[in-house]
Amino acid sequence: MNFQKTLKATLLGASLAVIAATGASAKTLVYCSEGSPEGFDTALYTAGTTFDASSKPLYNRLVEFKLGTTEVVPGLAESWEVSEDGLEFTFNLRKGVKFHATSFFTPTRDFNADDVVFSFERQLNSEHPWHEYTPGTSWEYFNAMSMPDLIKEIVKVDDYTVKFVLNRPEAPMIANLAMDFASVLSAEYAAQLDSAGTKEQLNQQPVGTGPFSFVGYQKDAVIRYAAHADYWDGKEALDNLIFAITPDAAVRLQKLKAGECHVMPYPSPADLDDIRADSNLTLMEQQGLNVGYLAYNTQVAPFDKKEVRKALNHAINKQAILDAVFQGSGSAAKNPLPPTMWSYNDAIQDDEYNPELAKEMLAAAGVENLSMKVWAMPVQRPYNPNARRMAEVIQADFAEVGVDVEIVSYEWGEYLSRSKDVERDGAVLLGWTGDNGDPDNFLAVLLGCDSVGGSNRAQWCNEEFNSLVQKAKTVSDKAERTKLYEEAQVVFKEEAPWATIAHSVVFMPMSSKVTGYVMDPLGGHSFKGVDIAE
Amino acid sequence: MLRFLLGRFGLLIPTFLGVTLVAFSFIRLLPGDPAELLAGERGISPERKAEVMAQLGFDKPYWQQYIDYVLGIFQGDLGISFASKKPVLDEFLTLFPATAELALCAIILAVCIGIPAGIFAAVKRGSFWDQTIMGTALVGYSMPIFWWGLLLIILFSGILQWTPVSGRISLLYFFPQVTGFMLIDSLLSGQKGAFLSAVQHLILPSIVLATIPLAVIARQTRSAMLEVLGEDYVRTAKAKGLGPSRVVGMHALRNALIPVITTIGLQVGVLLAGAILTETIFSWPGIGKWLVDSISRRDYFVVQGGLLLIAGIIMMVNLIVDLLYGLVNPRIRHH
Repeated sequence: MNFQKTLKATLLGASLAVIAATGASAKTLVYCSEGSPEGFDTALYTAGTTFDASSKPLYNRLVEFKLGTTEVVPGLAESWEVSEDGLEFTFNLRKGVKFHATSFFTPTRDFNADDVVFSFERQLNSEHPWHEYTPGTSWEYFNAMSMPDLIKEIVKVDDYTVKFVLNRPEAPMIANLAMDFASVLSAEYAAQLDSAGTKEQLNQQPVGTGPFSFVGYQKDAVIRYAAHADYWDGKEALDNLIFAITPDAAVRLQKLKAGECHVMPYPSPADLDDIRADSNLTLMEQQGLNVGYLAYNTQVAPFDKKEVRKALNHAINKQAILDAVFQGSGSAAKNPLPPTMWSYNDAIQDDEYNPELAKEMLAAAGVENLSMKVWAMPVQRPYNPNARRMAEVIQADFAEVGVDVEIVSYEWGEYLSRSKDVERDGAVLLGWTGDNGDPDNFLAVLLGCDSVGGSNRAQWCNEEFNSLVQKAKTVSDKAERTKLYEEAQVVFKEEAPWATIAHSVVFMPMSSKVTGYVMDPLGGHSFKGVDIAE
Repeated sequence: MLRFLLGRFGLLIPTFLGVTLVAFSFIRLLPGDPAELLAGERGISPERKAEVMAQLGFDKPYWQQYIDYVLGIFQGDLGISFASKKPVLDEFLTLFPATAELALCAIILAVCIGIPAGIFAAVKRGSFWDQTIMGTALVGYSMPIFWWGLLLIILFSGILQWTPVSGRISLLYFFPQVTGFMLIDSLLSGQKGAFLSAVQHLILPSIVLATIPLAVIARQTRSAMLEVLGEDYVRTAKAKGLGPSRVVGMHALRNALIPVITTIGLQVGVLLAGAILTETIFSWPGIGKWLVDSISRRDYFVVQGGLLLIAGIIMMVNLIVDLLYGLVNPRIRHH
């Protein structure tokens, strides 16, 4: 079979590469990853596990998030200019950037504007020969970020200058271009595959400009990478990077303790004390860029009255939720933005837990014997590790103020679909993890008028809030945007379309031999700049 | 014998068609669709969702999708995985050797321990040994695989450090997959220590996966032996003055093995079901975990193709068992 022959040839070549790199002094870091990547062409996918294995080690973007922050810094573009009207973004590309030389591809030229145009045009242009290069190709993240509506055209000005022309001003555009789907691939490699009639290999044998090059993947078992010797930002201290795919959290921890891997993600909350007590391990932690919430349906009585929503918010004991559901790995949320996000309005006071006040407010709003549904997600998410338990705590809290709660749940796909219904019965537990570190990615996506019937599960369209958020989208001055978003958060708090519940804390256990690891607030796992003591 | 063989093969065709229909319907009966799950919390507009479903061919009427699917099977095309964009058959062939290797080791372990244990318990009927063996078998049969696997990892890999925690071979070894069977490939690689490492990695998952079949085989062997040991011909053999080992080993065991072989054949389904959990605990890259992941992301082609292939394997094993049964028991093939 063709595929098997190719795989064997790759592995054979790859094994030689590894043998060459695994000399006496070669440094190898093993990461016990939580799942398998779906493929290696990042733009085809939306899952963080796939991004960790593809875009983070293998590729670069025009702009990058500075490690450990959501600040956008130059990547493959050394600099950029935005036109006065906010419609043209011109990028000056870095020179001398090399693509990976592997057993299956030897680049004959450096990175240039053709690669940028190829990487985006294939997603944007339905007539592009690579738009549907494998069956079922869909550029879901590109679409979810409204890129097809936003980008008018991508122009190669010269070999080292590319211009993005937009249909409307969009301040978060730069942050969008630092996202995983915006990874830049080699147009030369694509042409080679095209002429060989093996286009699908673009997703199986990746070539990028990133800090590590692809060596081999044994499905569901191991992914191997080698340091990119000609990396434009300097060769990594590690010689080899290995992802050992280990789906179970308890087993990942056993492997870490046994020295079979050096870093693991997503420990079980129950194991945190054990990890802290182990002198051979280090436990890093960081506030996640996420929010878990309970969205009322603001279009259905009595939740169309802000007094009722506010009263219910006063009935929720967030501390009890943090104890029961997050087991110490969360913090109470008062805003729809996480505290690590720029423009977070810390001056806002949270609705205090006060069942007596809640009862009075419900009575004042003329609500008696209220019965409602609370939807509990059937899956675990960082912003809500146990939605059923959370719903039970809320049920008990609401019972205390005379509100009868029925907990409902559906299969995940069905849950996502039904919860979008504008006539939905009940309040929905859901949450969000930031894509690009821009407040617009929370406020407009989750609470904007355009998202009603979609990702705005509160079905809330408030003119004042919406105009503030829309205005902030068109302004490029960060200070001015910050002011607008702070005001929008005030409106949100007064109107209470959600009960903001919690932001989770993300933990990362690793061997104490590992140095230089920086946690990514956007939830990714990157090994750039990491070293390991002998 | 020929009629017996033809009869058995003839039964495979309707069974196979039934499996295609069940596999096809099962995944579509589940609520949720791949487009919605792919978009996650971000959501997907109805227009975009329709586009994605059309791209995947899921906008066609069910009967048409089913006919396409069955026609594809006859051309050796089980479709393309929605997630990995690779042909389902290629993925199956890449992953199946890992499951087969594990299942084979587990069934060998279960047979090698289960049959002698069952015989011993039957011969020592009612004794302390009988009760201990049958009690242990009952515990083994009732053991939740997930818990049992973790317990073994914590004890043997964590505390005693006798075995590796998970995986198929140490990450130090890297060689091309020739057969997909790690024991064979490690030998072919010629790398020093690779075979030993592969064996070490097989120990715990084999024990975990063998636990339930071992218990079943031991219990079945015991009851079959007890039945046979009470037969007149066994009494005659004893009366002739044959030694206990000849009576049990030559006369009783051969007849007692008939139901045991059937039981062993039926364990193939149990092994493949058990492999799902065992593979998850031991990070074993086989078809069990692949199928579970595909069900959760509604990867229709993988689920229907994977189920069909697994059902095909179980049918083939059952056919072989039927044939073996016919060889061991001549009455069956003349029936």
